[in-house]
Amino acid sequence: MADTLLKVDDLNVYYGNIHAIKGISFEVKEGEIVTLIGANGAGKSTSLNTVSGLLKPKTGTIEFCGKSIAGMPAHKIVRDGLALCPEGRRVFLQLSVKENLEMGAYTRSMSEVGESIEKVYELFPRLKERYKQVAGTLSGGEQQMLAMGRALMSKPRLMMLDEPSMGLAPILVDQIFDIIKDLHKAGTTILLVEQNARKALAVADRAYVLETGRIVNTGTGRELLSDDSVKKAYLGG
Amino acid sequence: MLNYLISGISLGSVYAIIALGYTMVYGIAKMLNFAHGDVIMVGGYAAFCASSYLGWPVPLCVLFSMMICTILGIVIEKLAYKPLRNATSLAVLITAIGVSYFLQNIALLIWTSNPKAFPNMADFVPPIKLGEITIPSVTVITVAASIVIMIALTLFTGMTKIGKAMRAVSEDKGAAQLMGINVNATISTTFAIGSGLAAIAGVLLCSAYPTLMPTTGSMPGIKAFTAAVLGGIGSIPGAMLGGILLGVLEKFAQAYISTQLSDAIVFAALIVVLLVKPTGLLGKKITEKV
Repeated sequence: MADTLLKVDDLNVYYGNIHAIKGISFEVKEGEIVTLIGANGAGKSTSLNTVSGLLKPKTGTIEFCGKSIAGMPAHKIVRDGLALCPEGRRVFLQLSVKENLEMGAYTRSMSEVGESIEKVYELFPRLKERYKQVAGTLSGGEQQMLAMGRALMSKPRLMMLDEPSMGLAPILVDQIFDIIKDLHKAGTTILLVEQNARKALAVADRAYVLETGRIVNTGTGRELLSDDSVKKAYLGG
Repeated sequence: MLNYLISGISLGSVYAIIALGYTMVYGIAKMLNFAHGDVIMVGGYAAFCASSYLGWPVPLCVLFSMMICTILGIVIEKLAYKPLRNATSLAVLITAIGVSYFLQNIALLIWTSNPKAFPNMADFVPPIKLGEITIPSVTVITVAASIVIMIALTLFTGMTKIGKAMRAVSEDKGAAQLMGINVNATISTTFAIGSGLAAIAGVLLCSAYPTLMPTTGSMPGIKAFTAAVLGGIGSIPGAMLGGILLGVLEKFAQAYISTQLSDAIVFAALIVVLLVKPTGLLGKKITEKV
């Protein structure tokens, strides 16, 4: 049995008075792809943002590599090897492609950065062609690649991806999922949040289904793909 | 004519240095630090005290002034602005105005309203004589300082790790945190740099116009803010250009139109520029593709 990398237990998150996450528990083991699926507003992104430290939980525990990280500031959590590629990409539009990647390696010493950038260029040759360009001039797909490359630059033990396929043309969506598989093969553990449930379940080892802040179902990707209630709600019958 | 141009460039260079501080803080922290002009005044007093009471040599006075202002900047940021990080920009703006009055009144308590005669701290270089015109030493130093500072800031934000992190923070604080950047420390550093520049501006301003009062910084502060907006706030070369243009315009307006109306003319110029080009002369239109 692989080690548990991330363990979230009875997590509650509020936006002001709104109870967004209602006592969810889930875990990610070393080497897995785990996905959280669910409708808009189910709490998928909120979960990732809380794990990454951008949001503070009201109660509950988050353990990463056996260390409690709940409530720690985001910039410290990255140092422990947990990276989030955020929803909507959020690349630095006015920084060049190369500078964006350098920022991704902010926690690491400058001497290691060059090598990692080369690795990212190997994974995303398009970024190499455009390394001098300002990120704001990239297409949506290229920005997504940059966001993923940037998150990889911190050499994360667990990479969280929030809606990587959002707003992309179908062919690019396929490409992004191919890259997720490649990353996984290369040994990166992945926690994926997706609206494209069919694709997410197809690549995932395990999945959790979120509904209005609660986990309502869980199983392997394959199990959930053939689950009637999941089919009905998220896979279009 | 040439004389006016020279004194305009001299004044404009002071505005430019102040505007660089404004633009730096605005560019990164996205807030208008209206107390910036008063930090300049404190810098002036710090240098004055070091020189007149302690008899320190000029370089030490400048360093002392920079140290005081840097610390002041960090403290102001920590006490007044940091608690408002997630507040509306209006709340921050009003706080900044409050800090401005606070600093002025503290200075009034310590140094009273009697103007102090500030020693010329730039006369270690000889004035330059060009035919019939003499360029005073303070002008030489001010212009040189503003150019050096502009280049240094451009290199700093463009090439260094911290500089790039500052630009990242200015664009998206959340994403910057996800990179492992300590946003609070970065903003604090920005304030430290901006306030250190304010000290230099204070020394040069008071060397050129040697009456030092608690209100010394407020008008140049507002003018420099105007200069920063004119050039495109957030843009480093814009602050420089805006500062020089504003200084020259002010001096020419004083010489050829009216001394009383010169300020009005300066602000009218700002309005005209903003009507034609709302982002300022060198302000960048953000290219965004989603």
